[in-house]
Amino acid sequence: MKIKKKIPLIDQASKLGFWGGKFGGNYVPETLKKPIEDLEILFNKLKNDKRFIAERDKYFKNWVGSPTRFIKLENLTNHVGGAQIWSKVVSDANGGAHKIYNATVHCLLAKRSGKKFIIGDTGAGYAGKMLSMAAKKFGLKCKIFMGAKDIARQQPNVKAMKKNGAEVIPVYSGSQTLVDAVSECMRYWVANCDTTAMCVGSTVGPAVFVRICGWSTSQISRELKVQLIDEFGSIPKKLKLYNCVGGGSSSFGFWNEFMDYDKKQCEFIGVEAGGPAKSKKHAAPLTYGSKIGILHGAAQYVNQDLDGQIEETESISAGLDYPGISPLHCFLKDTKRARYTAATDEDALNAYKTVTKFEKLRPSLEPSHAFSIAIKEAKKLTKDTIVVVNSCGDAYKDREILIKRLGKKYVEPN
Amino acid sequence: MLNPISLAFKKAKQENRAALLTYTVAGDSSKKQSLDILNSISKNADILELGVPHNTPVADGSQIQTSAYRAIKNGIKMNDIFKIVKDFKKLNKNKPIILMGYYNMIFQYGENRFLSKCKSSGVNGLIVVDLPWPENKDFAKKCKKESIYFIQLLSPTTSEQRLKKIIRDSHPMNYFISMLSTTGGKLKVSPKSILKNYNKIKKINPKKEIVIGFGITEKTIGKLKSADGLVVGSAICKEITKSLRHRQNPVTNVSKLVKKLKSKIL
Repeated sequence: MKIKKKIPLIDQASKLGFWGGKFGGNYVPETLKKPIEDLEILFNKLKNDKRFIAERDKYFKNWVGSPTRFIKLENLTNHVGGAQIWSKVVSDANGGAHKIYNATVHCLLAKRSGKKFIIGDTGAGYAGKMLSMAAKKFGLKCKIFMGAKDIARQQPNVKAMKKNGAEVIPVYSGSQTLVDAVSECMRYWVANCDTTAMCVGSTVGPAVFVRICGWSTSQISRELKVQLIDEFGSIPKKLKLYNCVGGGSSSFGFWNEFMDYDKKQCEFIGVEAGGPAKSKKHAAPLTYGSKIGILHGAAQYVNQDLDGQIEETESISAGLDYPGISPLHCFLKDTKRARYTAATDEDALNAYKTVTKFEKLRPSLEPSHAFSIAIKEAKKLTKDTIVVVNSCGDAYKDREILIKRLGKKYVEPN
Repeated sequence: MLNPISLAFKKAKQENRAALLTYTVAGDSSKKQSLDILNSISKNADILELGVPHNTPVADGSQIQTSAYRAIKNGIKMNDIFKIVKDFKKLNKNKPIILMGYYNMIFQYGENRFLSKCKSSGVNGLIVVDLPWPENKDFAKKCKKESIYFIQLLSPTTSEQRLKKIIRDSHPMNYFISMLSTTGGKLKVSPKSILKNYNKIKKINPKKEIVIGFGITEKTIGKLKSADGLVVGSAICKEITKSLRHRQNPVTNVSKLVKKLKSKIL
């Protein structure tokens, strides 16, 4: 299993949609074969179409707000005392997280295919919020599927979705989190694929959705590459890119443009959700060696029992609370291009406390997982090492959890 | 020897009627009860589909989901399902059984081990909801070697060209999904237009048995009786749920329902 150079990773899948011969694919009901094939044809055409790319870039620039900031965290660096710690503040993007890239592209594709409705899943509520924003912008009617447990814990985003005119459909089956929301969204698509476009909220699902999402979030690393060269004159000799990994959309987008660099120069570190320190449940299939299985149309490492039933996950961060992981990350793990580790709920909360104490930055619980590992490792690294953490979401949505776990003083009063 | 599935179609044809296929979830609401249900409905059903419950079903509506979650909660495992089939076959040697489920359960069991277990317990056919053509080609070949029918699904979205290719590679029985829906949806297209699609498929190769499923109930089954076979699933799962809620015996109620379904296609 090997990564090819000079070919985008999203285009390295086989004809049947497998990366490395075993991750991804299209394990879907027959009914979805046709709409997926239609979407593939459309996407393959448009991703190389200069006018479409120009249209995408126009919206990314004027509406999403590109580029997002690349800043040095001076105080944190001094406090930690090791590598330089920087952040790519992707939460600057319109709506407050990276999910806006994928949502925008899916709406543009839906418009091109003449669909009037768009549906999507959401965990932390960001994918749903962004899809509702983009749907409103492009005049599409929108339904968002969200686990009942997540609706309760991510209210600010639920309110935002409703304000944007989307219908939020609570999912009560199973663990009532992201995994069930994705299943329900796919079921709805099975029944309505003739009129409705589906947006999968991360680099998961049938192969074409993995590709579209990866293509969209890669905007993050395109910007970062330019910003690094502006700042350092060239890509630093020792660069480490830390990102949280749930489904894997922000991390993939954060790394994509650096894929062909030697990992000694440019290392990728993915941080999964280890769950509560005292719990056996987690959302870290790569870190804890889960077996390959099929989830939501794709083969991937996934938390499951011996029979193949998908296991319930547990994490303080709704956005990482997913038993599977993108086929792209499975491929990056097995080819050893990226390294994966996990942070617990408590680690993430502590990192949030540290970052907000020293910096004017409020990473949500998802990137707080990445900060936790980055801070730990930066201590042991030399000053010429550039550590960059993708702060891919804003903590506003986590207000309730943060107040409950840390107290009011850690939450800004807006 | 002819696969009992083909025999069942032959018998129904001799009686000048469609074959009745039922779907129940293995282990719903318990291992014993699901076996009792199979034993009791086998009098009126020609082919029994037994669902392998999975907890992230992407094509099942609420009725089958409820049954599946109930069965999983009550502890059903893959090996229990094979045991149910084996016990059923002890009493009903020639009644065909089809296992229907999602690929991950087969993948985790191991394709070869799964098939040999199917064979030894008496499974006659397999429907794998999320293993479409052409991804299923290799697995379908393995099934054939074990004399187990791999049943292809066909949908209203399946293009003409694709239909031809799937049917060319298919085993003697195929399954036409009546409409764009998860299982158990309300029949949103007219039986007439379902039959029109059905006949189009049938024409490609009249020798292949085509059953129609999804959204078929007591009310609609009669209007589709010109098909080779008709599958009723969600309506049965719903009956089990209803019986449990009213503290009635699901075995008796489901048997009555299947008897009634049969009477509508005679």
